[in-house]
Amino acid sequence: MNLSQTVRGVTFFNPTVLASGIWGITASSWRRVAANGAGGITTKSLWLAEHKGHPNPTIISTEHWTLNAVGVPDAGIEKAREEIGDFNKKKLVPLIANIIANTVDNYGKTAVEIVKLKPDFLEVNISCPNVEDEFGKPFACSVRDASAVTKAVKAVSGKIPVFIKLSPNVDDIGSIASACAEAGADGFTVINTVGPGMAIDLRSRRPILANKVGGMSGPAIKPIAVRCIADVYRSTNGKLPIIGTGGVMTGEDAIEFLLAGASLIGIGTAIAYRGAEVFRLVCEEMTAWCETEGVKKISELTGGMHRERASR
Amino acid sequence: MTEILRRCSRSSAQKNLPRTYPVAGIRKETTHVHTFTFNVSLGAKPGQFVMVWLPGVDEVPMSVANDDGKKLQITFFAVGDTTKKLATLKKGDLVGLRGPFGTHYEWKPKQHLALVAGGYGAAPMFFAASEAAKDGCTLTAIVGARAKEHLLYLDAFKRLPRTTLSVATDDGSQGHKGYNVELLAELLKSKKKPDQVFACGPERMLVKVSDLCFQHAVPCQLSLERYMKCGYGLCGNCVVDPLGIRLCTDGPVVKNDLARSITEFGKYHRDHLGKKHSL
Ligand SMILES: Cc1cc2nc3c(=O)[nH]c(=O)nc-3n(C[C@H](O)[C@H](O)[C@H](O)COP(=O)(O)OP(=O)(O)OC[C@H]3O[C@@H](n4cnc5c(N)ncnc54)[C@H](O)[C@@H]3O)c2cc1C
Ligand SMILES: Cc1cc2nc3c(=O)[nH]c(=O)nc-3n(C[C@H](O)[C@H](O)[C@H](O)COP(=O)(O)O)c2cc1C
Ligand code: FES
Repeated sequence: MNLSQTVRGVTFFNPTVLASGIWGITASSWRRVAANGAGGITTKSLWLAEHKGHPNPTIISTEHWTLNAVGVPDAGIEKAREEIGDFNKKKLVPLIANIIANTVDNYGKTAVEIVKLKPDFLEVNISCPNVEDEFGKPFACSVRDASAVTKAVKAVSGKIPVFIKLSPNVDDIGSIASACAEAGADGFTVINTVGPGMAIDLRSRRPILANKVGGMSGPAIKPIAVRCIADVYRSTNGKLPIIGTGGVMTGEDAIEFLLAGASLIGIGTAIAYRGAEVFRLVCEEMTAWCETEGVKKISELTGGMHRERASR
Repeated sequence: MTEILRRCSRSSAQKNLPRTYPVAGIRKETTHVHTFTFNVSLGAKPGQFVMVWLPGVDEVPMSVANDDGKKLQITFFAVGDTTKKLATLKKGDLVGLRGPFGTHYEWKPKQHLALVAGGYGAAPMFFAASEAAKDGCTLTAIVGARAKEHLLYLDAFKRLPRTTLSVATDDGSQGHKGYNVELLAELLKSKKKPDQVFACGPERMLVKVSDLCFQHAVPCQLSLERYMKCGYGLCGNCVVDPLGIRLCTDGPVVKNDLARSITEFGKYHRDHLGKKHSL
């Protein structure tokens, strides 16, 4: 069974991709994740200058959900140069560089520097819910802001495809996606974390996360991700590739994402639930499903739901 | 899917969500070191750690100093903001715990184990020693500190069966004048060569233990510390070069061959931003 997918000219030997912010701070981590079967990896969000995150507790989980308010800490561009440079020396799988900034201008400036490191894709995080106190509503929550960031990055990205990472926490994700598409986006990552949510410690009567609230990920958010992927696919007429992300635990979850419109499958939180081998497991489960169902190439699954008359 | 959910709930249960417990007992070990007791068991094994949450301040990793199935203890040094504030708590104040996380020390019944402890490392070393003693192990505990007043857990080690205790202080105020690893070197050269060496303490000490054990072909297990956030393998903050393994899940206790393939061991570590700092 051939699981490979070619997206915007880049071939992934299987469609699973490490999601941004999970086990993704160093080149050695990226290699380790690739060795565990990931078809591609995404860096943690990269800032131009050093950016402090939130104090602990930053990440908590139950069997259904994970909340995180890490606060996008990063050491800045020097470290990105060192780690991506190192990874490129012995590149096992495609690398997606995820960038973040506090202003439209700074998105452009960050992109200029990261493009020099020749990632396969740029992924633009305009949807982090954990820095709202610092910067206000994410850019992904307004058609105008999302489109402005897309333009700023596209103006400097050259041949590197630009994927905009969208937030599920909006009234109409489809209209945000169309605006980004008009501004030149080459694809989308759908979705970033949901909410934000909160968890309270009963005895101390305090929110557990130091940031009080945090973005929700893990198995519970999967149906929201499926709906968002379907909305984005429909609003862009299936023309732009989607990295479907959010709550994928199994091969069947991944197939569902493909049918909703994804070409690649982001996997993050599942690592906490199924271990590092989750990439390999998901691929095996996808293969098993495809073989049972007589599916020869997974590319034929992308957007499958939209081709069924009844679900249009 | 139900099968997977079952697996999920077993692996993550509530262990990844802190819950606060009143401090049930406080023992002042030295001027800067306290031991807290909580009336809860997390089923921790020697070498594993818990995330200790001081609401409103921070949450930091601490080795489990004891978990006897009814109560859990931590022994900590007041070094910075969180631990200094922890040190001011009174009985009944609330502290959050989650875990246990990571790997633990492993031995076989009746083995001769040498345990090398530096600083607060004496606490988890004592936990390992007391559990191994139940398995009939013969123990040589080698405890080191800057000076006499900083030595920890000596009386506790003395009460264990089949246990020899040696002590080293930098200033010679008690026991051997010099480093505890010098005592280990002598032991490894002697006829009483242990079957295994366990060590917990400052990284410089661990590097020496690693080298000595390598030279004498004695297996050893070392507890390596890196900056922890989640404690269960998600954030990637505790990853070490060049292997990319996460020390919260593949550590903190690592066997010597693994420790020696970590090129940053003894050289640098990363802070909460992922920035390198040399040792
Ligand atoms: C697996 C493990 C087991 C540990 N066991 C013990 C123990 O039993 N007793 C004990 O006293 N200490 C232990 N520590 C060290 C303890 O976590 C630090 O002393 C504590 O975090 C200091 O926090 P602070 O706010 O008081 O000091 P700060 O001034 O914030 O920091 C002082 C030092 O502690 C380190 N540190 C701070 N936060 C963290 C973090 N989240 N993870 C790792 N290091 C951190 C910093 O890098 C710095 O070098 C352990 C650390 C690890 C990784
Ligand atoms: C601990 C953690 C850190 C994250 N950090 C980032 C980040 O830096 N940038 C980003 O774009 N998304 C970040 N995310 C969001 C994930 O990339 C992903 O979109 C989300 O978690 C949903 O997928 P999942 O359920 O498979 O984890 C983070 C998620 C988690 C759990
Ligand atoms: S502390 Fe988060 S991965 Fe180890």
